[in-house]
Amino acid sequence: MILDAKIPPGPMADKWTNQQSHQKLVNPANKRRFTIIVVGSGLAGGAGAASLAELGYNVKCFCYQDSPRRAHSIAAQGGINASKNYRNDGDSTFRLFYDTIKGGDFRAREANVHRLAELSVNIIDQCVAQGVPFAREYGGLLDNRSFGGAQVSRTFYARGQTGQQLLLGAYQALSRQIAEGRVEMHSRSEMLDLVVVDGRARGIITRDLVTGKIEAHAGHAVVLATGGYSNVFYLSTMAKGSNATAIWRAHRRGAFFANPCFTQIHPTCIPPSGEYQSKLTLMSESLRNDGRIWVPRDPKETRRADQIPESDRDYFLERQYPAFGNLVPRDVASRAAKRQVDEGRGVGEKKNGVYLDFAEPTQRLGQPVIEERYGNLFDMYEKITGENPYKVPMRIYPAPHYTMGGLWVDYNLESTVKGLFVAGEANFSDHGANRLGASALMQGLADGYFVLPYSVSNFLADYLSEKVTTDHDAFRATEAEVRGRVERLLKSRGKRTVDSFHRALGKIVWDECGMARNAEGLRRALKGIAELKQAFETDLTVVGGGEELNQTLERAGRVEDYFELAALMCRDALHREESAGGHFRVEHKTPEGEAARDDEKFAYVAAWEWTGAGKEQVLNKEPLTFELVKPSGRSYK
Amino acid sequence: MNLTLKVWRQPKGGAAGRFVTYEAKDISSHMSFLEMLDVLNEGLVKKGEDPIAFDHDCREGICGMCGFMINGSAHGPQRGTTVCQLHMRHFKDGDVLTLEPWRSAAFPVVKDLIVDRVAFDKVIQAGGYISVPSGSAPEANLTRVPKPDADLAFEAAACIGCGACVAQCPNGAAQLFTSAKVSHLGLLPQGQPERSQRAVRMVETMEAVGFGSCSNYTECEAVCPKGISVSYIARMNRDYVLAKLDGVTREPARSAKGGG
Repeated sequence: MILDAKIPPGPMADKWTNQQSHQKLVNPANKRRFTIIVVGSGLAGGAGAASLAELGYNVKCFCYQDSPRRAHSIAAQGGINASKNYRNDGDSTFRLFYDTIKGGDFRAREANVHRLAELSVNIIDQCVAQGVPFAREYGGLLDNRSFGGAQVSRTFYARGQTGQQLLLGAYQALSRQIAEGRVEMHSRSEMLDLVVVDGRARGIITRDLVTGKIEAHAGHAVVLATGGYSNVFYLSTMAKGSNATAIWRAHRRGAFFANPCFTQIHPTCIPPSGEYQSKLTLMSESLRNDGRIWVPRDPKETRRADQIPESDRDYFLERQYPAFGNLVPRDVASRAAKRQVDEGRGVGEKKNGVYLDFAEPTQRLGQPVIEERYGNLFDMYEKITGENPYKVPMRIYPAPHYTMGGLWVDYNLESTVKGLFVAGEANFSDHGANRLGASALMQGLADGYFVLPYSVSNFLADYLSEKVTTDHDAFRATEAEVRGRVERLLKSRGKRTVDSFHRALGKIVWDECGMARNAEGLRRALKGIAELKQAFETDLTVVGGGEELNQTLERAGRVEDYFELAALMCRDALHREESAGGHFRVEHKTPEGEAARDDEKFAYVAAWEWTGAGKEQVLNKEPLTFELVKPSGRSYK
Repeated sequence: MNLTLKVWRQPKGGAAGRFVTYEAKDISSHMSFLEMLDVLNEGLVKKGEDPIAFDHDCREGICGMCGFMINGSAHGPQRGTTVCQLHMRHFKDGDVLTLEPWRSAAFPVVKDLIVDRVAFDKVIQAGGYISVPSGSAPEANLTRVPKPDADLAFEAAACIGCGACVAQCPNGAAQLFTSAKVSHLGLLPQGQPERSQRAVRMVETMEAVGFGSCSNYTECEAVCPKGISVSYIARMNRDYVLAKLDGVTREPARSAKGGG
């Protein structure tokens, strides 16, 4: 199948403007005749639901949390990029575009990324007008800091809580629309399937997580903004409830899944402390602005960090990448840290981390400045580890964080199922094989505030006289399937808990499809996943009933979907015989040990097509063409 | 360490509840409080018993989803900490801990330690926003915001909406939560046009959805995981009183728009 990305004509810098000028419109009086379903209430979903409602559409918004204010966008710490060039340091739309394409190791679609760079400045304007309390300088103007993969200061931030403040801005805009009656909010509600009628997305089936009621909802279009799938690793920086069920069920209904093996391992997380560990906590990339990463030169080192003299320390990022130093992109920093730990120079009781040290900047800038910049992160670190990072260096290690892969979408964020739009981390579109820091918030809000309102309107314009209802065979059939699945899971009376399966699955995926991958390991993983899935089918235990709040049942459904997703990730990783960004195949590296791309064979998006249960997905390719930038070696030296 | 937990079990809203005693054994001091409950729950599931239901999501202290009382203290004994960030090193072998849900008329119990906090959403919906439809914003650096104002606004905006303030208040009042949003937006120049209306609508909605009255116990500040100051309550009260003196009511006066 040929995948048409529907990229607008014209020079790169004019494409988005052309699209906006020539797209179809729905007149204000007609907008209220349409209903749009938005699943997810994070930056993309919350902003999208609010913006569509402001236009006059009826919106039904769904989230699994008790309130839309809790979506996991809230946990983003460091900041949001925008090419405002307030620093006068040479930033521009082109430079943000270029950095993002290069950061993604030339595996993202140029047109989407250019639009993202263009919209970045509007996002900051929008958020400031909403009252987002970004950091300011003494003159009252907005402050900036630097993030990985860039040599300009373009990151706007609100201490270490930027995601929280941006999300609350979107939540407040959404709340205004709920009060106006334009958004019908369904909290504690989980999407369990997509309803497709004659090839078009026409609704969803949900489960009310309090009463257990299975419900059908119809709409003229469906937007999925349900985030990424890093919880496939079990231990990740995701919220415990974050899951891939919505996108996976959509995939099974015909939406292609693109580049599942492009996952991001974040270099600065707190290392795990024991078997009971339930999640990993990120320490913002912004810490690398001032913090210096090092390990002792001697693997047998036993002295306390502050007693190890400079001559016995290896600041390995500064040594290996002098141009970017501690601010190399995440994939590069993660692999460098892994090498040190693998070679036995890890620090801490379990020797499973590297130091992130603030002694030198604290001396240079004074503790109050460090507190002002990173206070809440230092507090969080101390709560978790019991160590005071003002006194002893932090210990950090890479952890699964973000997933660049996701449902395939065209330029308009529409998937291969007509009328099904996918926004934010749930789609694959803007970050290629690696995402730069402070770009996730940018993409979520660009999609929500500025892209969805245009692309969904353009789509709806063709369906003015159409009525939608759940009174259709496809709704009844899908609902029956969902009920069947819930009932089947409830009958699980084996011996193993859902979490024990999830941990075992996560370990396979982390070991074989994590920071470094090879063909043999990936084949081993595929076999291991299949065996574990079989055990899941016979030995799982689920307690409680379906018509009540049942957290075990919720998790069982999510983990079952992760088995299939994990297998697809491994197959995608196996087929991509190159290294690109977060996908590092040890068979494909440069003599210096860096990722070696193969542009001749793999400059494409791998979009996998579901062909039925028990069958392997079929690979479709969207070739990537580069007009504005020439793919080059990705050097940060 | 080994602990004894007395946990409130209630199958669903409106049903009768009771305390059930559990022994938590071999607990590592590195575990978070919720990880300790995870371990306990794994054991219950293996025995075919219903695990203890509790709300949680990010487990990083920022989403505001988790929270329950530990020995009568919202989020437990450590100041400035949500229960997901509370670690077992703050407890000792042999401790007896009583866990119960937020107790407040405005937060009905959903199951076990889970409560319904939709009343908070209603307070925000009443006016906790600046009306600025997508696309209508001016250039961000056009309006300067003095840094002290911006910092004060930020500290109010740090509220995570967990409900600890209400749970700890003997009156079940939501003044700290409401005043944090009223102050965050009221301190910024962008928030001025709707400032009076916002204060009136949010305060009166807060009272209408079942929260109690504030009588200055200030226990809310003591348990707030983000350390939000009760001084914001004074700020909100001032905004509210001034607005009432100006005759501002909950429903905005609709100016008659000309026909066309």
